[in-house]
This record gives sequence, C-alpha cells and structure tokens, in this order.
Amino acid sequence: MALELKNVTKKVGADVHIHPTDLTFEPGSFNILLGTTLAGKTTLMQMMAGLEKPTSGEVWFDGHNVTGTAVQKRNVSMVYQQFINYPNMSVFDNIASPLRVARLPAAEIQARVGEMAELMRISAMLDRRPSELSGGQQQRTAMARALVKDSDLILLDEPLANLDFKLREEMRDELPRLFAERNCVVVYATTEPTEALLLGGQTAAMHEGRVVDLGPTAEIYRNPSGLESAKVFSEPPINLAKASVKSGWVLLDEGVSWKADKGLANGTYTIGIRPHHVSPVRQSSKSVVVEGKVKVAELTGSESIIHFHAHDHPWVSLSHGVHPFETGRFARFYADMSKCFYFDADGHLVDLAAAGKAA
Amino acid sequence: MARAKWLIPTIYIIFLMLPIYWLVSMSFKTTNEILGSFTLWPQNFTLENYRTIFTDPTWYTGYINSIIYVTINTVLSVTVALPAAYAFSRYRFLGDKHLFFWLLTNRMAPAAVFALPFFQLYSAIGIFDTHLAVALAHTLFNVPLAVWILEGFMSGVPKQLDETAYVDGYSFPAFFVKIFIPTIAAGVGVAAFFCFMFSWVELLLAKTLTAVAAKPIAATMTKTASSSGYELGLLAAAGTLTIIPGAIVIYFVRNYIAKGFALGRV
Repeated sequence: MALELKNVTKKVGADVHIHPTDLTFEPGSFNILLGTTLAGKTTLMQMMAGLEKPTSGEVWFDGHNVTGTAVQKRNVSMVYQQFINYPNMSVFDNIASPLRVARLPAAEIQARVGEMAELMRISAMLDRRPSELSGGQQQRTAMARALVKDSDLILLDEPLANLDFKLREEMRDELPRLFAERNCVVVYATTEPTEALLLGGQTAAMHEGRVVDLGPTAEIYRNPSGLESAKVFSEPPINLAKASVKSGWVLLDEGVSWKADKGLANGTYTIGIRPHHVSPVRQSSKSVVVEGKVKVAELTGSESIIHFHAHDHPWVSLSHGVHPFETGRFARFYADMSKCFYFDADGHLVDLAAAGKAA
Repeated sequence: MARAKWLIPTIYIIFLMLPIYWLVSMSFKTTNEILGSFTLWPQNFTLENYRTIFTDPTWYTGYINSIIYVTINTVLSVTVALPAAYAFSRYRFLGDKHLFFWLLTNRMAPAAVFALPFFQLYSAIGIFDTHLAVALAHTLFNVPLAVWILEGFMSGVPKQLDETAYVDGYSFPAFFVKIFIPTIAAGVGVAAFFCFMFSWVELLLAKTLTAVAAKPIAATMTKTASSSGYELGLLAAAGTLTIIPGAIVIYFVRNYIAKGFALGRV
C-alpha cells in the first residue's frame, strides 16, 4: 500500500506552491518532510490526503489512482500543529468520532477508544471537554483520534511544534513506537533538523515548493545533495562562503586559505561548514583561523552560539561549554575545513571521494 | 475621592433607569392619576391595566402576532445567513469582499424607503397582512446583519477543524450540522438575538404591511387615543410587557455578546 506522487504540482493563481514533485512512500515507512515555513510541506500533505487537488499530476495509493477521490473515502488521518479537536464533544466522543462515522458497533468503539486513551495516557480525561485539557493532553486527544482508526496514511503536520520542550521530548520518544506495529505510511512534517534526526526514517528536504533532497535521514544530513538541502538541514544555519580553488589551495573571500583535497578541480565553489565545526577552540590540526567581529553571543547552559562577521559575511559558531564573548570585539574562531562541503556553481555537492579516485 | 466612587455610576444608572421606572410606575396607576397630578409612585395601586391586556383580544393578539413574525424572521434569517457566512469565511471568490460590504448597505437605508415597494409587492402577490409578510420584510435587514456577525465567529474557527472532520469521514452537511454549528453556537445565539431585537422593535414596516390579522403590538400600542379617550395606564402596561421579552433574551445571551464585541462584530 505505497503512496506515490507522480509529477504533482500546485498553483494558486500565478503562484507556484509546489513544483513538479515525484515521491514514493512505502508501507510501514516513517517519512519526514523537512523544510522552513512556506516550503510547501502542508500543501504537499493536503494533496496526499485529498484535501487539495493537485493542479497537475497524479496521486496513487496501493496501485490505484486516487487523485480525484474525496478525502472521506481515502482512509487517512491527520494531526495539525494547532490542537484541533471538536470543542462541542467530550474527549471520548472526539476519539470515537471517526469510528462512529464508520458505523462501528458501540461495544467495539468503547473498547478501541479505551485502549487508545490508555496508550495516550488520557484515560482519566475522557469525560472532559478538550478546552479543559492542557495543550499536551489536547494534542494527545487529536493524536488518539488519528490513530484509533486503521488508516492507510497518517499525516502529522508539525504535531509537536506548539508543545513545551519537555512534552515534546516525551512525545517524540513515544511516536515511533506508536507506528511500529502498523503497516501504514506515516508522513511527518517538521521545521526542525534536530527533530528529523531524532525521529530517523526517511527525509525529504523541501525548499520553496521543491523536494531538494531525499533519502534516509542521517544520510541526508551527512551528505546533502546540494546547497539547498544543506541549508534546510542545519540549525543554526550552515555557514556558507565563496571559495576559489587554484593550484591546490582553497581561498575564501574572508582571507582564509587551506590546502585543497585531492581531486578538487580549479574554479569557484561555495563551501558550507556546519556551525558546530566552527569553534572558539582549536579542534583539529586541519582547522583554519577565521577572524571576525562578534555580533551576538547566545549562551545556553551548555552551548555557546556565537554570531560573528568575517569580512562582512555572517558566520555562526556552535560550541560546547560556555564561551563568553563581548559583542563588537574581534575574535578568532577555528573552522575544521576537513568537515566542509564543496558545492559547485549549480549548487550540487562535489563528491570528493569520487573526484579523488578519478584524479 | 475614594468614598465618592459609587457616585458617578449611581447617577448614571438613575438616568438610565428613570424612563423605565416612570413607565412601570405609570402602568400601575389609573389613567386619572396619571393625568391628574404629579406622583412619584402609584397612589392607587392597580393591576387593572394588565388585566385588560391579558383578557382583551385586541391587546393580547398583538403580542401573539409580534411573537409569531419575530420567530419566523429569526429562524429564517439565521438559517439563510449560516451558509452565506460560511462561504464568506472559508472561500475566496470574485468580488467576495465587495459583496460582503454591500450586504451591509441594506442597513444604511431607512426602513421607510422600503415600506412602499413592500406594500405594493405584497398586496400584488396576496401576502399582505400575514405574519410572513413582516418576517420577510425584516429579513432584508437581518440577513446581512446575521451574515456579518456569523462570519466573525466562523473566521475564528481554524480551517483545520473542517479538514479534520473530512479526514474523519464526515460529509460536508454532517460536518456543518454536527460539528460546525455547535462550535459556533455562541455566534448563532448572538446573531439570533440581534435578529430578534431588530424585528421586535421595528415598527414602520410591521405597521405598514399589516392591517388586522397580523397586527403587531407596537401598532396597537402607538394608537394613543381610543373610543374611551386617553388610556395612558394601559399603554404603559403594554410598554412594560414589550420590554420584558428583550430583557429575558439579553439575559441569556449576555456572555456571548461580550464575546461578539471582542471579535469586533457586534
């Protein structure tokens, strides 16, 4: 029961919300749509659900073309970022509603709602109205309603975004377990790279209505296919700099240079280096010094995020421990360039291993 | 200063309540006492005025007629306005903003403007002097108002609620009746209240479009002189009774109206 999007697009007036997209999600898989707000995650999900019709292209499910099939006939579930429950119904009736619409016998509804409430730890709240619950309990109710029927497709649109930190961690732990025994397609949208990495599964990185990268989540993080994918999958944002390679040396506009890897052809590149490879302390012998003026220093309990400008280009450093910096002062940072990505003029990742072998 | 805090509200309330007190006090006086001398409270307390209203058909049928057409109007206006408001709140269509605004312009014209066309039209199609005639005439003002109020409440409900219901398997009509309307029950209450109030107090159209069979209380009440001369006590009693339904309805929807004000729609 795979879900396939075949060359789907979505246009609203003259605006293109989704560029031609092909995606295939296998049954039993956990899929993440990662992208910033307005990247098209929700639109894509609405087309998967059948809430929105694609402008062109087809949606196939289980070998059938379901492009024109109404959402009511598709057996999908959806959970939104806002805690959406029916305010006029009790928690029990909320969870029972999809089963009631499907006209299941009352005894079975009772049993399944009870079981699901147990799993979601809201058994004590079944008689209450959603408005009398905390945010986390409201979202659990919405989640229970989505899971109580045996959907073929479960869509989760940033379900944890409005929860507080502790609840989010708790539910993130529980989520993969909830889907483990089901043979359905799960699609999970998030804006947070960390969340994607913690959940695992497959990731489709999205940027401005395009899927820019697709593959196992950790793999995409390690080897982004291109510039956009690396940008989407980095928090704080990845450091990008213009670089030119000439006779075996890489030179940045920032006045920094290092010996180029074997096989890197001469030309101009954009290098990307993740913030945690730029540190106020030297981490490796291959580190190069980047000097800059500190703009903002965000010190959390265990990490320091330092924004600085090197030759008027913004850079970010993320390091463990507390490293106080005075804003406006010049400081030295060590960038571990052995960890950086090289993107060519078209924004594609340069495969150094392959290039090295060829050379 | 602190001790005088009660003073201004008290004065305000006295000013507010004075005409109502005067009306109520008059209703318990005899017409002779009202015309004869200035008295602050009834000297010869009488319930005769109320007895007349509840026993004389020319009086109490006025109330019945009013209640009938007000009810028809309220049900009709809200029923028509619900789907219209839903369309305005959920869909974008050509000219939606303009249409939404122009709906309200119906309320800018005085009722007198419409009295003649309605009178002629209803006479021609034979519904003159029926409850339906008044109820339909009042929808001209009440439907736009109800649409305006309901749209505010509906736009406060996230679109995701609709989608969640479809995903759960509800058809549109089932969703609308079982989930959406209960969700905006407060808005329906406020809209119904305003339709009720307008229709209840509107005099000109109600008077013009009726003769005998559907004559509203307001028409009976404003006929100051009768064959037996001035009956001020009786009129005051009728006035008092006319205020009561409004007061009862306001009591029930007072919290919702506050919510409507918060949405900027009342």
